[in-house]
Amino acid sequence: MGIELKMPALSPTMEQGTLAKWLKQEGDKISPGDIIAEIETDKATMEFEAIDEGVLEKILVPAGTEDVAVGAVIALITGEGEEPASAPSPAPAAAEPAVAARAEEGRGEGDSAKPEAAPLQAKIAPAADPAIPEGTQLVSTTVREALRDAMAEEMRRDGRVFVMGEEVAEYQGAYKVTQGLLAEFGPKRVIDTPITEYGFAGIGTGAAMGGLRPIVEFMTFNFAMQAIDHIINSAAKTNYMSGGQMRCPIVFRGPNGAASRVGAQHSQNYGPWYASVPGLIVIAPYDAADAKGLMKAAIRSEDPVVFLENELVYGRSFDVPALDDHVLPIGKARIVREGKDVTIVTYSIGVGLALEAANTLAGEGIDAEVIDLRTLRPLDKETVLKSLAKTNRLIVAEEGWPTCSIASEIISICMEEGFDHLDAPVLRVCNEDVPLPYAANLEKLALIDAVRIAEGARKVCYRT
Amino acid sequence: MAKKPAKASATAADDADFMLHSLQEAFEAKKRYAATQAEMLEFYRQMLLIRRFEEKAGQLYGLGLIGGFCHLYIGQEAVAIGLQSALDNDRDSVITGYRDHGHMLAYGIDPNVIMAELTGREAGISKGKGGSMHMFSTEHKFYGGHGIVGAQVALGGGLALAHQYNEDGGLCLAYFGDGAANQGQVYETFNMAALWNLPIVFVVEDNQYAMGTSTKRSSAETRFYRRGTSFRIPGMEVNGMDVLEVRAAAEVAFAHVRSGKGPVLMECNTYRYRGHSMSDPAKYRTREEVQEQRDHHDPIEGLKKTLIEAGKTEDELKAIDKAIRAEVAQAADFAETSPEPTPGELYTDVLVEEY
Repeated sequence: MGIELKMPALSPTMEQGTLAKWLKQEGDKISPGDIIAEIETDKATMEFEAIDEGVLEKILVPAGTEDVAVGAVIALITGEGEEPASAPSPAPAAAEPAVAARAEEGRGEGDSAKPEAAPLQAKIAPAADPAIPEGTQLVSTTVREALRDAMAEEMRRDGRVFVMGEEVAEYQGAYKVTQGLLAEFGPKRVIDTPITEYGFAGIGTGAAMGGLRPIVEFMTFNFAMQAIDHIINSAAKTNYMSGGQMRCPIVFRGPNGAASRVGAQHSQNYGPWYASVPGLIVIAPYDAADAKGLMKAAIRSEDPVVFLENELVYGRSFDVPALDDHVLPIGKARIVREGKDVTIVTYSIGVGLALEAANTLAGEGIDAEVIDLRTLRPLDKETVLKSLAKTNRLIVAEEGWPTCSIASEIISICMEEGFDHLDAPVLRVCNEDVPLPYAANLEKLALIDAVRIAEGARKVCYRT
Repeated sequence: MAKKPAKASATAADDADFMLHSLQEAFEAKKRYAATQAEMLEFYRQMLLIRRFEEKAGQLYGLGLIGGFCHLYIGQEAVAIGLQSALDNDRDSVITGYRDHGHMLAYGIDPNVIMAELTGREAGISKGKGGSMHMFSTEHKFYGGHGIVGAQVALGGGLALAHQYNEDGGLCLAYFGDGAANQGQVYETFNMAALWNLPIVFVVEDNQYAMGTSTKRSSAETRFYRRGTSFRIPGMEVNGMDVLEVRAAAEVAFAHVRSGKGPVLMECNTYRYRGHSMSDPAKYRTREEVQEQRDHHDPIEGLKKTLIEAGKTEDELKAIDKAIRAEVAQAADFAETSPEPTPGELYTDVLVEEY
């Protein structure tokens, strides 16, 4: 019996990769620990090690094949003393690139690593940003690259801007967002810190008070809990406490929200936490153009900014305008899909889900408007209320807990300032009110999805 | 004040380099700063200003004119004056915790605007929006005034990083108390400061009580100057009740940092005569203990003695006191009579920009 070698998942969120190179050829003897192949993900090139003893009998996926789905059989090994399998080669599973079968990431089918869950390209792209001049050339860019480009451009522009955090320099970023920055800007401006969040958040904040423009990367915002004292007590409040004397122009950035199968301590949306603090700017973009334009704005801001990214969105590609200086206004929401029947207010990864839900609803004759808040503080009430006045029905879709959430806040605003426009109570579609479970099926149950968002929209349209 | 012989610095027989990490010997060799008479008079005047200012603040607190928390610096004056008199004010920065009145006065910042901040008035240095614990003067490179115990240490590390980044030749002087010395972020900062060779002098103002808990009840190692050892930060132990000794130690520490050798940890042993804050009756120590400090270790009386030995007369020194009392009375008057912030100030300075 041959042993099937399958395309490995090299990170919790990887769903496909490129088989860059075979380091063993058909007929080669293989021992455990041998490097058989090199596999590229969107983040890095990884070596694929053998765990079995035998002979590499058949290579099923040739070197250079892109978009090989995790779990696809890539080669066969014959165990020692076994007869070579004489069966004809199975059709190369890799040959079918796992192009975005779904717009959403792999929370599905009991196994987040399933190839059909691939989020290669957002299926339903947000509408073009009216802030971008018509006729501008657009370049497909991942969110990860867009963030990096924004930082690099601002670092070229202003010598005071520097990046610090865990693994940002030599490792090129735990999620590869800072890839290439060390090579261009050197170790003075791209600083690897020890694992010491409270300490380096304080040092970054102090450096901002001292006149620099730090970008502090948290490997994820879960770890920023250790540093939240400096974000709130030191960075956010000092300008006020000093009567406007002491500024703190700093960006705290990193992935926020649920990733995939990493359990409760690594899966949480801190948007509502930071958005409740006067003195902070809180930004949570969805697509690459917004990520870039708002990151540049964040770095230029004289105020402390919490910039919430999303790991599951890093690898998605969107059109980014090829402008020399693409800077977007902070505090402005964007209508990413116009509609007249119901408004779905959302942000970050929720935008993709809401657009998917809107697509479903369109098939049922419900024309949903989708608003991407983009900035959580200051909140663009005007855009929300204007949309409410048009549709008279509103739900909030938020990948986060329901209690004391951005959704709660939007509901308050609608009650206080949009009551007369409401034809139905405002609903929130959020994650379940539990710590995020690890088990794939429970995780799926706990997180919002397009189905639930569509269901919420039907409810406020009284169409259930 | 010394709690043990100064030469008892830690050793590590297996690390020949280790002994190089003490600056104590250099300090012991010239333990008292050879001040000119003019310098001594200025130190005297500054320490007395802090003393009288704080006494007045205590009074105003009692009258209800100062609210909230108010931490007085009485007894600790020699630390701020000894250290800050050695700074290069064009380059260096200072940061401290909430017991910050003395450090501001040491800069020569107008007592009026400090007192007016304590009373929460528009003319206060933070427009009345910071209070006793949150005062800043970016003009003097004084970066606060921080209310969270130990936070100023990491922030000070950032100021030092900015000095290094800008290559401005400055250093950061970061003060914290024996209580803050047990905060984790202090050691996170020690690690990075030593790792990156940051120009920073960490000063533990050991006034022997973290609020009501004595150092021996809270600290496994009460010789705080040793606490940088595992980060290869040289330590110094200094009598914080003698301004000339503090100044001499400052010279050694600053020279070390300015020569690019990285951080220094200095422990200044001192004593606060008053409670932790105005609301602390200080029942955790005896009257006799406080009296012993006042009678035998008072930094102002100590310097007065030196000045008289150097030929100054009681009358000359009394005249200084009189002038300071008038200055402080005037500041109190200003702080009492100047208007509170207008209601419109409620929403200013939350953010710098408009969005």
